[in-house]
Amino acid sequence: MRMDLIQPFIGSLDAVLAEMMRAPAKIVDLNMEEEGYRRKGLAAAVEFRGQIEGRVILDMEPSAAAHVASFLAGADVDPSEPIVPETVCELANMVIGNAVTQLNDGGFQFKVLPPETITAQQVDKAGMDSEATILCFETPRGKVHLNISMRYQKRRARERAPALT
Amino acid sequence: MKQFEPLTRKKDSQPVRYLVVDDSVFARKSLAKMIESFGGHVVGEAGDGCTAITEYTRVNPDLVLMDITMPQMEGIEAVERIVHEHPDARIVMVSSVGYQDNILAALQKGARHFVQKPVKPDALYEIIRYVLNDDGVTATVGAAQETSR
Repeated sequence: MRMDLIQPFIGSLDAVLAEMMRAPAKIVDLNMEEEGYRRKGLAAAVEFRGQIEGRVILDMEPSAAAHVASFLAGADVDPSEPIVPETVCELANMVIGNAVTQLNDGGFQFKVLPPETITAQQVDKAGMDSEATILCFETPRGKVHLNISMRYQKRRARERAPALT
Repeated sequence: MKQFEPLTRKKDSQPVRYLVVDDSVFARKSLAKMIESFGGHVVGEAGDGCTAITEYTRVNPDLVLMDITMPQMEGIEAVERIVHEHPDARIVMVSSVGYQDNILAALQKGARHFVQKPVKPDALYEIIRYVLNDDGVTATVGAAQETSR
């Protein structure tokens, strides 16, 4: 997978977590997986279509997600409360939206679909992806994973390019 | 959360009335909290563009905060339809997807401003004040007291 497609997601996650958790996030691991997605905590996915196609999953330890929810609610939130998965969904939206903005301003054209919480049933669907890059970030409140599976569609890019005369 | 100098309507000194449109309950709650800290009042909420249109007609808000990426009908299309029906509508786009094409499309359809998520309360306050003051709708409490002297 092209690193120039992944780099915006790293910067975006770092910035969003710094803003929403008031804490730094440090990359502790990066690897490739070919066996499909396995949910580690609370997760949400955002799909995109166009010159770049694929999906990105934000997967957070419940304690980390509850910390963000508590910060925004202004009161302690238990990891089991329904607002916590909703928080992961909105964080995914922010992280991926910000990264997509950078890619789009860099000349890639694609559309982002609304984020969806990943349930146990949807894990099977997400698991069909052939290859993904997994980034693991450590925060003071728990681990956060970004699972990126996307393809750059050269053919589509060529179709959109102006014809040479 | 930091408390801001309340923004009130010039005509009746009442709190500014907001419609919040976002498919995420979490985002709506977060924006509602900020609005509260600005001294405003959320009079309606919607989770998609279609509901936003009907809610706008029902509550006739002073200002709309509108997400872009939503199911059923996206924010930009909802802006176009609301502004078509209500040319004076004041809509501020609030989205994590802030690339230039999107911003331009929203502004061309009638949105007044754009704020990128994650939203910083100070930035949102300034933008709301700018948009409402531009139309002569608001005065901060301090300014209203100044005028009445």
